[in-house]
Amino acid sequence: MDQSQNNTIIDIKNIDNYYGERQILKDINLQIRAGEIMVIMGGSGSGKTTLMRAMLGLTKTVRGDIHIMGKDITTLSLKKLYKVREEFGVSFQGGALFSSMSVRENIQLPLTEHTKLDQKTMDIMCRLKLEVVNLAGFEDLMPAELSGGMLKRVALARAIIMDPKILFFDEPSAGLDPVVSAELDELIVRLKDAMKMTIVVVTHELESAFRIADRITVIDQGKIIITGTKEEVTNCPDQRVQDLLNRRPRHENIDADDYLKRLTGSKA
Amino acid sequence: MIVTGIRSLGNKAINSTYIVGMMGIFLYQCLKQIFIPPHKLYSIIRQVHFIGSRSTVIIVFTGMFTGMVLALQGYHNLKDFGSTDLLGSAVGLGLIQELGPVLTALMVIGRAGSAICAEIAIMRHTEQIDALQCMGIDPYRFIMVPKFVAALISIPILTCIFDVVGILGGYVVGVVLMGVSEGSYFQGMYNSVDWSDVQLGLVKSIIFSLLIIWIATFKGYFLHVLQSGAHGAEAVSRVTTDTVVLSSVVILASDYLIGSIML
Repeated sequence: MDQSQNNTIIDIKNIDNYYGERQILKDINLQIRAGEIMVIMGGSGSGKTTLMRAMLGLTKTVRGDIHIMGKDITTLSLKKLYKVREEFGVSFQGGALFSSMSVRENIQLPLTEHTKLDQKTMDIMCRLKLEVVNLAGFEDLMPAELSGGMLKRVALARAIIMDPKILFFDEPSAGLDPVVSAELDELIVRLKDAMKMTIVVVTHELESAFRIADRITVIDQGKIIITGTKEEVTNCPDQRVQDLLNRRPRHENIDADDYLKRLTGSKA
Repeated sequence: MIVTGIRSLGNKAINSTYIVGMMGIFLYQCLKQIFIPPHKLYSIIRQVHFIGSRSTVIIVFTGMFTGMVLALQGYHNLKDFGSTDLLGSAVGLGLIQELGPVLTALMVIGRAGSAICAEIAIMRHTEQIDALQCMGIDPYRFIMVPKFVAALISIPILTCIFDVVGILGGYVVGVVLMGVSEGSYFQGMYNSVDWSDVQLGLVKSIIFSLLIIWIATFKGYFLHVLQSGAHGAEAVSRVTTDTVVLSSVVILASDYLIGSIML
């Protein structure tokens, strides 16, 4: 199988996804290699988060398959899917921390559910991960007492507590000031180097994407435009990629009749 | 026009069938997990505290006033027939068979059912349930099982508290205020209330607990499917309201059904 030859850890083939009757992902093909940072980039509503949710098995696809570590997650039973997910670390855009639990309880949750470690060992591991995300001493606070940047870093600490093989990160820089955002980017690169993780980052922040990525996938209106190194993406002649890279507004050719029909609400 | 009407009717029928199917599968998943050990005792105790202990005060007040009203009404009605000796029997049977289980269930819906639905709906909205699934943790096991077990423990106990306090409330009005003899109040109750009446009350309260927790958790968990056009806070408020309304109607309807089967 070609997966072992080119070290592919995530192999997505021809997937389509719909939200109601609206098609969100259109014939997506993407291979992510073990140990790389793959940044999935695109504008708002381009389908990048849906693509990540499909990789996590949270969104059903109507066609195609997604092989992760050799297993097709689109056909796995729920029990087996949970087993595969134990190898994932996921940091959601809003952190998704449990508001009724302290920082310590949030971070230790995967350990308490999947291991039989004693409390002392779990406390040490929790402090260790908090050190990694520069939040030492915050373990007894509640999520409501943390700032946006801290929430994301706690979510990251929880995501890496089980030393996952693949780390998914949804919009690490969204809503953060440039300094905290740069710190998080540095942390992601450090994690890859130190723990040899495969990291999938979904973002629309150009600067952040180019700082951390080994390869970048640009997605627009549910279709992948290009997957390649930073240089390949920068030199891509596609107008949509260049618009995104140079922060130019989109220039769609508007058909006068269509425009009039949209305004008056009449059907074609 | 007619075709559109039939189509819309058909769509509604399909949607309703789909949701009933989802509810069935959801209940099956939750009940299945209840019978698979090990369970998190601490989580169950926390939920018993939330659903049970924290509802005790309101149940005591409701039970007390219900018993008092029953005794007051009963006394005036029975006085006309010279049968005030039957007051204990009327209060006891009314509370144990009907009012105890139903009013306890309605109080728990308002206090805990709505809160449970809102809590799970917010967890869904803020991706906490997705986060659980991504950590390889089954949300049915982690969130639903402690709530189901706690409801099945707490609500029958609350019903018993309601009954006892209601009987005491009836005693205060009937015996202390209206002057019915203490002996006839309790002897009347002793003579007319059988074990089968207590059993009926308990069966009702167990079925009501299951219905309340089923509807509340289902509505919250499937916020993203059931939101019917609303989003965010509005969707949460809508499913919470739906939970209270639907649970209340289902409780009253099932009360009649259980009564007609068991009486």
